[in-house]
Amino acid sequence: MGRPARRENSGIPLRCYPFWVGPAGVGCLALYASVWSYLIVSKPGYLVVRPTIFGGGELKMMWKTLWENIMNKFFKMGKLIIFGILITVLPLCPSSAGADEKISITGSTTALPVAQRLAEDYMDTHHEVSISVAGTGSGDGIRAIIDGSADIGTSSRDMKAKEVALALEKGLKPVKQVIALDCIVPVVNSDNPLTDLNLAQLRGIYNGKIRNWKDVGGNDKPIVAISRDSSSGTFEVWQEKILNKDKVRPDAQLQASNGAVAQAVAGNKYAIGYLGIGYLNSNLKPLKVNGVTASFETTKTKVYPIFRELFMFTRGKPTGPVKAFLDFVKGPKGQKIVREEGFVAIN
Amino acid sequence: MTPAMSEGDVQMSSLSAGGNQDSNSTTSVVELKVQEGLPKYFFLAAASTSLLVMALIMIFLFREGLAIFGKVNPVSFFFGKAWYPTYDPPEFGILALIVGSVSVTLFSSLVAIPLGVGTALYLSVLAGPTVREYVKAAVELLASLPSVVLGFLGMVVIAPAMQQILDVPTGLNIVSASIVLAIMAIPTITSISEDALYAVPRDNLEASYALGATRWETMSRILVPGALSGIGTAVILGMSRAMGETMVVLMVAGGAAQIPSSLFDSVRPMPASIAAEMGEAPFGGEHYHALFAIGIVLFLMTLIFNLVATYISNRFQQKGASTL
Repeated sequence: MGRPARRENSGIPLRCYPFWVGPAGVGCLALYASVWSYLIVSKPGYLVVRPTIFGGGELKMMWKTLWENIMNKFFKMGKLIIFGILITVLPLCPSSAGADEKISITGSTTALPVAQRLAEDYMDTHHEVSISVAGTGSGDGIRAIIDGSADIGTSSRDMKAKEVALALEKGLKPVKQVIALDCIVPVVNSDNPLTDLNLAQLRGIYNGKIRNWKDVGGNDKPIVAISRDSSSGTFEVWQEKILNKDKVRPDAQLQASNGAVAQAVAGNKYAIGYLGIGYLNSNLKPLKVNGVTASFETTKTKVYPIFRELFMFTRGKPTGPVKAFLDFVKGPKGQKIVREEGFVAIN
Repeated sequence: MTPAMSEGDVQMSSLSAGGNQDSNSTTSVVELKVQEGLPKYFFLAAASTSLLVMALIMIFLFREGLAIFGKVNPVSFFFGKAWYPTYDPPEFGILALIVGSVSVTLFSSLVAIPLGVGTALYLSVLAGPTVREYVKAAVELLASLPSVVLGFLGMVVIAPAMQQILDVPTGLNIVSASIVLAIMAIPTITSISEDALYAVPRDNLEASYALGATRWETMSRILVPGALSGIGTAVILGMSRAMGETMVVLMVAGGAAQIPSSLFDSVRPMPASIAAEMGEAPFGGEHYHALFAIGIVLFLMTLIFNLVATYISNRFQQKGASTL
């Protein structure tokens, strides 16, 4: 499991700003804070209201004057404070200096981690471009392209006829590009003698109709089905390609990550699980599906059945910085990142 | 000095500042009040922060969670056995999750109570000072172990070992999760029980010994009954900790949303479900609200545990030493 876990969180916008802005702001604030702490530590009476300012001892009065006194002293250093605040807040503003071109990417949560890494790496070499990445779902990615709220929409499914019609209505011809393949492999413990299952057998195991290994040609032992959480992209593929409309059996163990599935299958000789091809390791035994071994080759040629394509949609033929970014994604550097994130590269 | 300054102020300042009239070190009633008042208000603010945060969390939790009952019937929510939140149509029945939480909590307290209370009795009655020091340090160290480390231990060591030794279908089950939760609850139970045992008046014990009772008789008839309320509180707080623990059940309980038929079945306790699904639940959707509603159930359960603990410790309090 030497790979980074596939992150499946919502998007964090990425922005570019001059590197010195952050440290300089922190420095100003630190200077400001140190002046204050010097005053407070060395002259304890500095903040305290003196009797010459007012007489009597009414609480309300006291607090008012104390406040005025503090504000008074506070504003003596006004310039420094304002400079400090400005320079700290500045990089947080969306329209920061340094990036002339902006690209926004939104859509599939499955594609989010890889889109994020692609954006980060691209911005490292192209300082003039600022890319924001968000992931809420494939439908959102396509919708964002149609209504124009994003430049690139990521999706783990093709556009539906309804969506194509909606785009045409607006005079758009969305262009789709396959950026990666998501290949899911069923795995068993290395003690399991089984080598091969077909799609119907996998479906029976996961919907609960097949409960013993002997029914699929194994030993007379119970099957422990391990699945991913029903909100994950990996589960979506499994649902679509294996379960069809069936519900996953209620006693299936739902694990929160590919790594957890690998761990659970490696530790249990009765278990079967499934995970992204990038997460296979030597402790696990991948099964052939319909007699086909899962590999980068068989996925690319579409002989292996359990996979799906990840798309990036653009509003029309990509131009300018968007085109440059997509070329990077489909080029050798981009596809290397795709492999590192556990997907199958397209070339 | 303004005319409004009273005599008392001047006396005060001369008393505290030794008559030094330098304006920086003069202390008046006003300054004293400021010096007295500032810490007071600071601590008041600190105390009200936690109150405020608690109130805000409650409001947020209930506002987000109760929204589910507009779409799902409460009866089918609490007593439905099928938890399929992402299907079409979705099913939100949390009975299996509640049973999962209750089963691991109960079984873990079965393991933790004898071990925790036994450790406390040993430490307070039988152990010599050196042994006590080491055992106490070890128990405290146990309390500081991060739950993810224990969860990892359960997942990588306990579960495969149990599966191989007992030849059960899966090692990620109620028993292994309960064992890990018990390890986490033991320090809580031990340290609170030990305090309770020390609070039993020495006079009672000495009186018992004076009447010729053995150490075992004194322990079982004087010491333990005298500390029962504290031990009860300890047990309830330990259970409440096990009920709310997330990482361990997420990693070790198996995560199958079913009503278990044996102790070696996988379950999906409520915190595990929230932790695993919240990241992917669409914001503001039914699934999102359902997860908050599970949070309400969990909150109410731990609240009840804490109320019971408070009740026990107030109701059965040892009323002072019975000296003449």
